[in-house]
Amino acid sequence: MHFTVGDFVLDLAQNSVEAGARTIEVEVDEGADGVRVRVADDGRGMSPEARARALDPLANSGAKHPGRKVGLGLPFIRQAVELAGGSFSLESERGVGTEARFFFPSASVDSPPLGDVGQLFTALVSLAGAAEMKLRRSRSRDGLKYGITKSELVEAAGDLSSAASLALVRQFLASQEEG
Amino acid sequence: MAKMTLDQLRALRAEKQEELERRNVEGKDIQVIVGMGTCGIAAGAKLTFDAIVAALEKHNMASRVVVRQTGCMGLCYVEPTVEVVMPDMPSVIYGKMTSEFAEELVVKHLVEHSLLDNHIFDRPAVDIVKH
Repeated sequence: MHFTVGDFVLDLAQNSVEAGARTIEVEVDEGADGVRVRVADDGRGMSPEARARALDPLANSGAKHPGRKVGLGLPFIRQAVELAGGSFSLESERGVGTEARFFFPSASVDSPPLGDVGQLFTALVSLAGAAEMKLRRSRSRDGLKYGITKSELVEAAGDLSSAASLALVRQFLASQEEG
Repeated sequence: MAKMTLDQLRALRAEKQEELERRNVEGKDIQVIVGMGTCGIAAGAKLTFDAIVAALEKHNMASRVVVRQTGCMGLCYVEPTVEVVMPDMPSVIYGKMTSEFAEELVVKHLVEHSLLDNHIFDRPAVDIVKH
């Protein structure tokens, strides 16, 4: 099971990359009542049957690992929100894309910690594939609010396959969290 | 630290590039690949990834290294996993690489060219084996 909200977000974004998305949008909103996340992509999407299988821990499409008999990423999120009394939705349309949203209430002791958002965003922009990443972050407690895209970061810091550029981006993204 | 602007990021990059040219560093010849499938993430691979980037920067190795993420490599039982490919060393997949071992990976393997014997795993799970 994943430890932080950020881990769930990274897992969802990996799914988007594997679905062949050209653009992935990630929004992390930290309100007084809890944490809201949206991950949306324009990848190949899922039929209603495929979507049902994706939510089943004992089903696996076999696309990545032909012999695999489990697929746990989405079931982990669903289990975690159920335990915490939060909410989760997964909308998808074949040939259009997929949108996942989830909410963890701050009042619940079972809600996972948010985790380091700077670290999360660094991991997201360095995901494999040519997808553009559009990241938005907000926090009501102090009014923190910013948006950044992978292409802006690559333009400023260089190709992110280089660890040197990635280290710069890591520093930049950590500073955005300071407000 | 204060919030950086994109202009400051560009300036920092330009400054670093000048430093690199002065040190006459070679091209990127090292690959470090971190497993970030559901199994890896659940075992803390995001922290490992971050710690590796930080350690590379700290030990002035970052300009020679490509750091990538990959999905499940089939070694779910010893996640987090990190594969290292570099000239003059055997390609290795390390397991149980939680973030506290990131610095050891950079110093021992990349700098000192010595394997982390306690972390070598190279047999993927049965359902991953390619036929």
